[in-house]
Formats: sequence, structure tokens, C-alpha cells
Amino acid sequence: MPFYDELYKFQDKLQHVLTRHEQGATHAAQGYARVSGRVGVCVATSGPGATNLVTGIADAMIDSTPMVCITGQVPSHLLGSDAFQETDIIGISTPVTKWNYQVTDVAEIPEIMAKAFYIARSGRPGPVLVDITKDAQFASFDFEYTPCNGVRSYKPIPKVNTASIDAAAALIATAKKPLIVWGQGIILGKAEAEFKRFVEKSNIPAAWTILGVSAIATDHPKNVGMVGMHGNYGPNKLTNECDVLIAIGMRFDDRVTGDLASYAKQAKVIHLEIDPAEINKNVTADVAVLGDVKETLPLLAEKVSPKPYTDWFAEFKKHEAIEYEKVIKNDLHPTKEGLTMGEVLKEINRASNDDAVIVSDVGQHQMIACRYARFSNSKSNVTSGGLGTMGFALPAAIGAKMGAPEREVVAIIGDGGFQMTIQELGTIFQTQAAVKVVVLNNDFLGMVRQWQQLFFDKRYASTEMVNPDFVKIAEGYFIDAKRVTKREDLSSAVDEMVASDKPYFLEVCVEKEDNVFPMIPSGASVSDIRLS
Amino acid sequence: MEKKYTISIYTENSVGLLNRVSAIFQRRHINIISITSSASEIEDVSRFVIVVNLTEEAVKKVVGQIEKQIEVIKAFYHTDEETIFQESALYKVASKSLFEERHIQNIIKNSHANIVTVNTEFFVIEKTGFRHETEQLYKDLAPYGLLQFVRSGRISVTKSPMNIKALLTELNDKNKSDE
Repeated sequence: MPFYDELYKFQDKLQHVLTRHEQGATHAAQGYARVSGRVGVCVATSGPGATNLVTGIADAMIDSTPMVCITGQVPSHLLGSDAFQETDIIGISTPVTKWNYQVTDVAEIPEIMAKAFYIARSGRPGPVLVDITKDAQFASFDFEYTPCNGVRSYKPIPKVNTASIDAAAALIATAKKPLIVWGQGIILGKAEAEFKRFVEKSNIPAAWTILGVSAIATDHPKNVGMVGMHGNYGPNKLTNECDVLIAIGMRFDDRVTGDLASYAKQAKVIHLEIDPAEINKNVTADVAVLGDVKETLPLLAEKVSPKPYTDWFAEFKKHEAIEYEKVIKNDLHPTKEGLTMGEVLKEINRASNDDAVIVSDVGQHQMIACRYARFSNSKSNVTSGGLGTMGFALPAAIGAKMGAPEREVVAIIGDGGFQMTIQELGTIFQTQAAVKVVVLNNDFLGMVRQWQQLFFDKRYASTEMVNPDFVKIAEGYFIDAKRVTKREDLSSAVDEMVASDKPYFLEVCVEKEDNVFPMIPSGASVSDIRLS
Repeated sequence: MEKKYTISIYTENSVGLLNRVSAIFQRRHINIISITSSASEIEDVSRFVIVVNLTEEAVKKVVGQIEKQIEVIKAFYHTDEETIFQESALYKVASKSLFEERHIQNIIKNSHANIVTVNTEFFVIEKTGFRHETEQLYKDLAPYGLLQFVRSGRISVTKSPMNIKALLTELNDKNKSDE
């Protein structure tokens, strides 16, 4: 209450967005942070308000999103007394925050807030929670603000060891079939230009993780596609054929590597990384290049010379042709009656000139969105990667629109995830954030259903959804809404949506039992990627 | 192969850090054999000593995760051979056995234990040493009736220098130059 009473005085200077649920606030803060590169902020009251933040904080932690959460707390003299709406949010949030702190004295506030933002954004970014007791909020003191430039015990960026650069360059010089796999570290390190220069100078094929995509444009000639469980055929297969694997700002997540025991065993691994704890965590690095990629990539680029790698690039082309024939063609240019998720993405690409911010939720539509969305600019793919948080996309899209108001923001959501944070339609209505919301409705928790089909003999246990009329719900919030069930209506509906300068809701009823391929079955090797 | 490792952590002295450190073990389903926290040789810097049974690969990763915590200054892991370590134990025994059982006096004398306090009801013996020594004394005293027994976690110092002071000076200077 005292916090908000003060905010009231700053309405013209500070835009406050009232989400309908605290989880929505965290994802909105994440969406804002991911498109803007700035720290997202969310505020919640004590007790249930604070506990409702936890999912978003955990999501921000695993996806390294800079965020500061401010929570209210009972007066300090009541701490530990089971007071009304008291919860140990410091204890609860400890494993999912980069740092957290409980303020009990008003005089600490300037220093702690400066420190919170510094920690959230520096080094490998992450969420920070500051819990402020009510008495500290009510008290007053002589305000003096000093920015935070460092914390004694915290080394955000490791010092670059030039010997590691030399070793990496020497290894690259011996390579006949090198492969770059880049992750979000490029974007978080604001090193897109440095990365592009390195890729172009070295002429090495480069593949991306779903959090790394958009660091260079989709149509960049060296971009060979997505790695991981539903990634492209070529980069996955060829991970087990490359001789030098150059991992840049990525953490070898299990959804990327599949079975570690059979992941790139033939390759020498170079790992460029800001977080020392990531080195040798999942994949052993032959050469670890610690440091900020913005600093290390130019040093490495200077020491590499391009080779044509003609046969090697041809391998990617060959695999791409196979994938196109078996998967992509049917996804993007289907001949069967039912609509595919892929063709919806194709229409969105067309209508937005390959330059929308795509915010996806979790599941089949997410994999389709990451596979087929085309990007021209960085910070354009916002998705819940590590935590796989259904319900992420709707609120994240609101934050994304506020972080990049000049850009087209399209949320791609499944019918399952949509209903997990559907109340944020109210936030869209109230703020009039011109978010375009596309629900790809297959009346199933589609990804789970796909696994049930492939690995559990089609026993669809609790995955079929009996859904409400989504268009009516959107209209109930006074949001322009349309439903598409036929192919001939899709293109014009997407055009209408993109042309709108207001919030817009589009439901596309897609084929109920489509599957996402390629697929590396859980626990299998990247070599065992299936096309059907 | 699993082995006993002693993890030493130098930290800022702040509320909640023990929770943050122990959560790293809990999340990986690692049982902590012993944990102690105390002042260190540097003012306002705390030192944790944690003993675990792990493979070297696992202990390396855990130490990496510990070092990642904002308020951790530095963390190390060492084998028993690389450290000097001790534990303390307290044994509370009924006073009558001290006077009635003559043999108990020999046990205390031979074990190089100290008598901390004696009154008409009970007396308390303190023994600092290796685990097998405090366990031996436990076995020797048990027949006479232990009213209470407690043993501390391991405390240890390393044979090699830690140089935390130099590291802190460097960090302080760095922060100053950043400002």
C-alpha cells in the first residue's frame, strides 16, 4: 500500500501495468527484458502475491533473463509469527534467484535496489528478488542514491585468457568439418555484430538453440538451422559428424544434446562461455574460452582464416533437402484438408515481412514457431526455453510489446497454455497493448498427445481438451477477434490481424492429431533423429 | 569413484547464505556429512567447511555452483591428505560413575580428553581429534552411561595457502577503479 501510494505520484514518469495475476507480471517483465535487453521489473504483495511470482522467477533463472521482483512483507517485528499474508519468500525463492535480499530498514533501500539491478543485468543475467517489510516501506529517511558498480564477492565477467583464444584458433585451423552452435549468450552479450563477423570471417556453418535464434537473420547464408529435439535434420545429424564443435553462449541443455554419451563424441569441443560453472557441466570442453562473447569473439575472429568447406556445406544442403521432402513441404504447403501450424507461421512471416517479434508458449506450436518463424532482427524470439512454462506467452507478449512498441508482436499459443494465463486478456484490454494473439487450437495438449501416440500406443490419457469459445472470450474483453477453420480464409485473416493497430485475437483451428517432426526421442542420440 | 572431500567456502557474512549454499546440495540429492560455519582469518568474512562423499567430477561441479553465488568470495575442495582437520565432541556422564568406577579416570587420562565441568550431578568431557578418536572415547564411556553425547562437524585448514586476503584486496581495488 505505501509503495503504491508513492507510485501514484509518479504516474506520468513511470508506466505501471496492472496484470491480472502475479505470474502474468513476471512473464510480462520477462517479455519486456527479452526484447529490450533491459531489466524487467515486477511488484507483488506479500504471501500469495509473492508465491505467485515463483514460476516466472524460475523461468527467468533458467533462461538467464534480467528481472527484479519487489515483494511486500509483513512488518519486521511480525516476521516469523505466521502473520496475515506472511510467507518466507526469501527461503522459497532462494534456489530460483540469482540473488535475493530482505530489507528491514528503510535506509538500506537505495543501496539494495542499485545492487539488485546491477546483479540482475551484469554477467550472466538472472532474476533478483527484494523483499521489503512494511515498516521499511512506511519509514522515511534522507534519500541518497549511489549507483552500484560492483559487488566485492561477485565477478560477473571472467578475465579473458588469451592462451585459450590461441588454442581455440589453432583447433579451428585444423578443422575440416567445423560446426558452430550458438545460444542466447550472443543476444544477452549484445554481441550480434561480433558474432556475425566471426561467422562470416570463419565461414563456418552455424546452428542455433531456440533461445539463440534471431541473433543473426534466418536467411543468413551460413545459418544452417536449429539444433535439439525438434530442430533441423542436418545440424542434429551432423553434430555427430563434425570434427570441431564451437559452442558459443549456450549450455548444452538436454533438449539440445539428447543422450550425452553419444553426443559429438568424435568432435573436439570449444566452449565460449561467460559462466565458469557451465564449462564441463554437461559436455567436456577441449578448449574453454571464458569471458564475455562481445570481447572473446573479435579476438577469435582475428585469428581465424576462412576456408570454403564446400563438401561440408553440401552435407547440410543434402540433409535440408531430405527434411524438406519428408517434413517441411507438408508443414508449409499441405495438400491435406486440415490446417497445419506450419502454414499459419508461413502466413505470419509473409504478412510481417519476416520481422515480427514471435512470442511462443510451450508445446507443439512452440516448436513449429521456432522452426518456421523467420527473423530479420535480434531479440525477436521470446519463448520459455529451459523451464517450459505453459502460460508464458500471453503475458510475455504484453511485456514484449511494451519493451518494443515499434515492433509487431505476435504471440503464438496453444489452446492448453492459453487457458493457463487467459486472464491477461484483461491486461491487454485495459492497456490496449497492440499484441496480436494467435491461438493454434487442436483441442489437445498436443505435445503430450504426440508422445502418447508415439510411445504409449495412442492412449490419450487426459490430454483432450473440451474448450470454450475463445473468440467469445476475447470479444468479452472487447478485443477484435476472428476464428479461422478453412485454408482459404487464413491468409486474409492474418493480413487483417497484422494490419490492425489494436490488440487482435485470432484462433486457428488446426489439424487435431498432427505431429512435430523431426524428433529426437527422449534419451536418444542426435543421430537417431526421426523424420516421421 | 566417490571419495571424501572437504569443501571450504569463504563468504560475505549475510543472512540466508547458508540456505543458498545448502540448497545446491539438496537439489542434487547430495547428503552433507558435516557442515560448520564460523569466522575466518579475515574480518567480516565467514568460512564454511562442508564434508561430502562425491566423485571428483561431481565435487568440481558443486564447487562451481557454489562459487556462482553472489556472496561467495571463493570456494575450494580438498582431499583429507591436503588438509589438517579435527572434530570436537562433548560427553556428559553421571558424576557418580567418576567416583565409583575408577576405570573411567584412566579412560579420560589415556584419551587426552579434558574435563570441562564437574558438579554433583554430572561431569562433561571434551575431546578434540580425529573421528576414530572421538568414536573410541564414545565406545569406552558408553558402558558407564552417557547422559548426552554431541559431536561437531569437521573444521579444517588447508596445507596450501588460501590467499583470500590478496584476492579481496584485488577485488576491492577493482571495484574502486570501476567507480
